[in-house]
Amino acid sequence: MVDTALVDWSRLQFALTAGYHWIFVPLTLGLAVIMATMETIYVIRGDDFWKQTAKFWMKLFGINFAVGIATGIILEFEFGTNWSNYSWFVGDIFGAPLAIEGIFAFFMEATFFAVMFFGWDKVSRRTHLLCTWLTGIGAAISAVWILVANSWMQHPVGMAFNPDTVRHEMVDFWALVLNPVAVSKFFHSVFSGWMTGAIFAIGISCWYLIKQRHVRFALASIRVAAIVGISGTLAVMLSGDSSGVHIAKYQPMKLAAAEGLKEGGTRAPFSIVPGVEVPGVLSFLATHDINGYVPGINNLLNGYTTPDGINYPSAEEKIARGKMAIEALREYRAQRESNPTEAAKARALLDEHIDYFGYGYIESRDELVPSVTLVYWAFRIMVGLGGFLLVLMIAVLWAERKQCLSKAKWLLWTAVCAIPLVYLAGQAGWIVAEAGRQPWTIEGLLPVNAAVSSVSVAAVQTTFFLFVAIFTLFLAIEIRILIKAIKKGPEGINN
Amino acid sequence: MISYDFLQHYWWFLIALLGGLLVFLLFVQGGNALIFLAGKEESERQLIVNSTGRKWELTFTTLVTFGGAFFASFPLFYSTSFGGAYWVWILILITFVFQAVSYEFQSKAGNLLGKTPFRVFLTINGCLAPLLIGTAVGTFFTGSPFVVNKNAVSDIASPIISRWATPWHGLEAVANPFNVEFGLMVMTLAICLGALYMINNIANDKLATQLRRSLLISFIAFALMLALVLMQLFTMEGFAVAADGTIVMEPYKYLHNLLQMPIVLVLFVVGALLLVSGVVLTLTKPSFKRGIWLTAPGTVMAVMALFMLVGYNATAYYPSSSDLQSSLTLSNSCSSEFTLKTMAVVSLIIPFVVAYITYFWRQMDKKSLTTEELESTDKY
Repeated sequence: MVDTALVDWSRLQFALTAGYHWIFVPLTLGLAVIMATMETIYVIRGDDFWKQTAKFWMKLFGINFAVGIATGIILEFEFGTNWSNYSWFVGDIFGAPLAIEGIFAFFMEATFFAVMFFGWDKVSRRTHLLCTWLTGIGAAISAVWILVANSWMQHPVGMAFNPDTVRHEMVDFWALVLNPVAVSKFFHSVFSGWMTGAIFAIGISCWYLIKQRHVRFALASIRVAAIVGISGTLAVMLSGDSSGVHIAKYQPMKLAAAEGLKEGGTRAPFSIVPGVEVPGVLSFLATHDINGYVPGINNLLNGYTTPDGINYPSAEEKIARGKMAIEALREYRAQRESNPTEAAKARALLDEHIDYFGYGYIESRDELVPSVTLVYWAFRIMVGLGGFLLVLMIAVLWAERKQCLSKAKWLLWTAVCAIPLVYLAGQAGWIVAEAGRQPWTIEGLLPVNAAVSSVSVAAVQTTFFLFVAIFTLFLAIEIRILIKAIKKGPEGINN
Repeated sequence: MISYDFLQHYWWFLIALLGGLLVFLLFVQGGNALIFLAGKEESERQLIVNSTGRKWELTFTTLVTFGGAFFASFPLFYSTSFGGAYWVWILILITFVFQAVSYEFQSKAGNLLGKTPFRVFLTINGCLAPLLIGTAVGTFFTGSPFVVNKNAVSDIASPIISRWATPWHGLEAVANPFNVEFGLMVMTLAICLGALYMINNIANDKLATQLRRSLLISFIAFALMLALVLMQLFTMEGFAVAADGTIVMEPYKYLHNLLQMPIVLVLFVVGALLLVSGVVLTLTKPSFKRGIWLTAPGTVMAVMALFMLVGYNATAYYPSSSDLQSSLTLSNSCSSEFTLKTMAVVSLIIPFVVAYITYFWRQMDKKSLTTEELESTDKY
């Protein structure tokens, strides 16, 4: 029996690594656009002020970038170290985007990052600008491929199960790449990075305004960052909308958990907080139809019929069919060399129930429900903070244009305090995405208890606490270095 | 005709190429191993850190891509080795993680620990990473204790297909002297490469003298380890794939492979000659600085030849010492034909990637690094 403690600690370790990684990545994505925009202005206008402005944000970018890389490498290898069964069962599909990410994106980042930092006097001004943009584009391309991989875990497409190799195999590469979930997830994640970069730059700039230091630098940074941030947030909202529709379609249990919706139906209400609901809004968000049908947790467990007459099986039926699929696989492999007729029968049975294969590893229906409290509140934190931060950026930009920002101390302090909030929103978003998918590593195909490695609980506990210590140390050092660099301020610009 | 078999061999070729490039790029680690040995003064240490610091991401990226390529093309290796030899891979990762932040943090105000600890981290990574990677690759020849049972997927209670047969999860590799010697060989080679790279990249006569001394010592150690490894490699039993697909032990398997694959033999001999000539010329001609550009291609070629030796010619590249028939071969551990073909198309981008890396490498390294440059521009 797979030890549930091993599964839990492996999940915790992966969540820890992913959570830390996502502290650093969105800032990389966002600051890359902001500093590249500033350098573009420098190249166009030839004003050294913009060069120094870009260089200051680059300095902070560099400090953050290194820790992002450090946590990223662990994340990639943890698929093998902690989820070895997963690595074989779907490695034929999942490994491809990771390799492509390395070839296309990481080498771009690695090459142009060095030129961006150390190449000011070694390449022409325009080439340097190109390298700065390519560093950011490399980060975005990296996001494309890792999100293609992640989206495949949310909505597996373009593959077929091969009982001879006992794994899923890719049959349509473009289905994987153009997975609708991947498209909306890419925009949602990358533009949320723009939000993070913008709030970070705005918050720091507002601190300079409070201190009456580097005023020109701060106002210029706010202009660029706010425009990047507002456009990013609008794109996050749009992609969030399509993401909602996809979740309703492909991961209805995640949606039901995010809404705490026990009994679904048509004109399903959207819960603002427990007890405060707006009728029909959830239906509209999920189906773009106020009368659309949205199943609740109980419907999904008991089975349900949609208004247009489509029947969905109960959890028990799915589990039973999953067990039949697994048994058919066993039979097929036992007979395939000695008794082709029996093997063919087993194969037909396997094909009939293959869609429920992963359910065969589920012991009880309760396992199919993710933590409702966690997902429900994470969703509200993400959406609530996203809305607040948009209003904040608009207010800051408006005040800057009206030349009254420096006097609005409350607004400046709010912007400074908003920096941790944008990180909280990002973390909450990933909690919805990942915790909401439980118990699956790959939705409907492979539950976590069938995906882990055969290592001891003690080993995973040891590495978990080791990573807690290392990542926390790095985070503490990064924050301290960032604070020192911010206090020192941009070089070559008069106060 | 592009057959499934061809694709498997093509992907092993790419793994070998990435492996060769990775070992060459371990000059970053080798250079860092010399921070305190060759760098006697602060200015010299700063030069070393900034010299390797402008290339470390390429090594890091190559390591990640090496892992990604293995995952995409030979997922059963990824699954078996990473999940099984848990502690070895975790240790390798941790040393690289510390390296990644140490460059950026070491000279920054507010870094909590001060400059020296971060340089110690770089030195630890410089020694341990090549040693551990080399030891792990050594097991490709000697075997690891694991069992693969794909039928386990049908066992609902315990569906894990790859299991490590010892509780040491990879640490047992050090019990085999060959693996350790292999690791030491890679480590001392990395130090040679590091010294050669910095002799060419840094304009500082005093440091160059110290680097040449380090090069001499590390090269002697490397030559000793190389001789030990080759002596055992060409006399040991190897893991052969019989015509019916079963794995059998074959005396002198790797020597046979070398002799039966003339291209690999040429690659290995030419690689070894280039590798040695770069070092020897640097040590014997005080004005000669470009030894790295002989040793680097030599390293890539020799390492590629070793990978081909262990993967081609009906050989199990990741043998099991617990259950011979669980050993991984190109055909039983690879991705599907569709995936290998798709990824083969993707791999056509690699020459373009190499081209732009080479172009910008040359742009950045046109002039050797000096203390004056570090005083006037951005630095680590």
